[in-house]
Amino acid sequence: MRLRVARPQVYDRLSVEDVLGALKRMHRIRRFEEAAEDSYIRGLSYGTMHLSIGQEATAVGACMPLRDADTITSTHRGHGHCIAKGAELKPMFAEFLGREGGYCKGRGGSMHIAEPAKGNLGANGIVGGGLPIAVGAALSAKKLRTGAVALAFFGDGANNEGAFHEALNLASIWKLPVVFVCENNQYAMSMAMARATAVANVADRAQAYAIPGVMIDGNDFAAVAEAAFEATDRARAGEGPTLIEAKTYRTRGHSRSDRNRYRTREEIDAWKARDPIARFEKEIVELGLTTEAQAAAIAAEAEQEMAEAIAEASASPWPSVEDLTRDVYSPAQRTRR
Amino acid sequence: MSARELSYAEAIREALGIALERDERVFLMGEDIGVYGGAFQVTGDLVDRFGEERVMDTPISELGGAGVAVGAALTGMRPVYEFQFSDFSMLAMEQIVNQAAKLRYMLGGAVNVPVVFRMPTGSGLGGAAQHSQSIEAWYAHVPGLKVVEPSTPEDVKGMLLAAIKDPDPVIVFEHKLLYKMKGATPEGYYETPLDRAVVRREGLNLTIVAMGVMVHRALEAADALAKEGIEAEVIDLRCLRPIDKDAIVDSVRKTGRLLAVYEGVKTLGIGAEISAIVAESEAFDYLEAPIMRLGGAEAPIPYSPVLEKAAVPQVEDIIAAARRLAQSEV
Repeated sequence: MRLRVARPQVYDRLSVEDVLGALKRMHRIRRFEEAAEDSYIRGLSYGTMHLSIGQEATAVGACMPLRDADTITSTHRGHGHCIAKGAELKPMFAEFLGREGGYCKGRGGSMHIAEPAKGNLGANGIVGGGLPIAVGAALSAKKLRTGAVALAFFGDGANNEGAFHEALNLASIWKLPVVFVCENNQYAMSMAMARATAVANVADRAQAYAIPGVMIDGNDFAAVAEAAFEATDRARAGEGPTLIEAKTYRTRGHSRSDRNRYRTREEIDAWKARDPIARFEKEIVELGLTTEAQAAAIAAEAEQEMAEAIAEASASPWPSVEDLTRDVYSPAQRTRR
Repeated sequence: MSARELSYAEAIREALGIALERDERVFLMGEDIGVYGGAFQVTGDLVDRFGEERVMDTPISELGGAGVAVGAALTGMRPVYEFQFSDFSMLAMEQIVNQAAKLRYMLGGAVNVPVVFRMPTGSGLGGAAQHSQSIEAWYAHVPGLKVVEPSTPEDVKGMLLAAIKDPDPVIVFEHKLLYKMKGATPEGYYETPLDRAVVRREGLNLTIVAMGVMVHRALEAADALAKEGIEAEVIDLRCLRPIDKDAIVDSVRKTGRLLAVYEGVKTLGIGAEISAIVAESEAFDYLEAPIMRLGGAEAPIPYSPVLEKAAVPQVEDIIAAARRLAQSEV
């Protein structure tokens, strides 16, 4: 880890409240995912889940410039994005448990948690699926002159999907207010980036679409937030899209089926030593934006919130089987025979 | 409402123009729909009237383009995306089937996706295997989509306007052979329901269920059959999802005989659903003969005109099948 000599510029744009809010969100993400993992191990949850533990700085940093009117699209590994965009823990966990009280009333589960009211258009189970949708949201923003930007989170795996290339090209030719944020966590399931991708960096691909490509340390909150502010400023000014590649790492496996046979313990431990939450805390304590005691209190608050969310979400009722086909279509406007 | 005649393509253009005028959220996307006027000259001069912002030429980028339409629909716009050929929609199937069709449901009803996909369908123009398919049944198998195929200029205008107003994703199949067909088309704004079949010809001896260009072939066949004393009732299905079960059941209860005619591949296609609707209903007790299906060949659409014609039901095939059906008994 490099030593900082200067205060990262992005802190000039953030109030102390913003900074502490970011720390809280990072802790919320970590606690949420640990709770998800725990509930799976104890047999209390169903299906699969994809944890982003170790990637919190990217999710939270990238969302720093965003307002509720700005939209995001997310990935199958989307818990962090959702919380970073402002989601509450209780309806999120209820969704994780498949309950009626969840954000998607239990229909979506871990891979589809969304909160459109806060601009989160949803996690997506299809790799690359959210990229063109974000471009569409940016097109709406341009047409409706809302001043909003759209931000698409995606992983390194998506950068070899056609949807990635089509989305970047369309966003560039139409100069749309969209920010593409690649969370390069090094592996697409077991497929290492270097084995899968012809270029060394995802950001290198920006050149093919005549847009800026920015490469940053995804475990460094300030670096992510700074790049995100720059890209959203550009987008809001009508200068078009930016591709940001945040190099990060998921310390957990791909999903519950992962036996970690494609990477070494040493590699995982090396990345754990670069834990984004610990780094962020250290940085903001050093900058005098908080104290160790205050940071610890924030962590404890997040833990308490999560405990309450688990209890409340677990009490949420199961969906009624009679409602199985509700919401396949919008409420009927059928004409009668 | 005057009864002036428009071609099917002109009726679509009129519907699109009215929709663009009425609602500023409506915009068109598609390959070569601008100055070129569309591969089948459907959008024509709309770009001159509404500009390139609302009649957007998209690159050859079906997955991206369809996805942009889905994203725009999710966030307040009402895009109408034209595929040059329904065959090309396979490149965009991810966005249509995994995203557009499911987003509302996956998100617990918190969003809706008012996008329209227009897809020229069918054979008869020498397009060969990758420009001539009839894949309506594929999309009709997907809950969350609405799938229609109007057969007349009047219907295509009204159904397209209804589709654009509809809060959910609608796929409008347009048979390529119909684009130049003329028909009485009411002026102004009107909507034609997206869930109802229509009886095009009444008859007591057998029911022919068809859609798109097959409706016109069935009607021609019915005229010939009438001369032999066989009165065929012709139902224009119009909508595949939702499918108008009552219209089929009511007709078969009356006639006791069912012939399903469709251009898509015969096996596991629309005809199977039509047959099952009858077999599972009270109309089953009224059947006087086994159900018959007349569908496309179990082969890709060939290029040679001789083979192409043989690959899908023609008027003479319908006449022959109807004759056999009228004479057969359970």
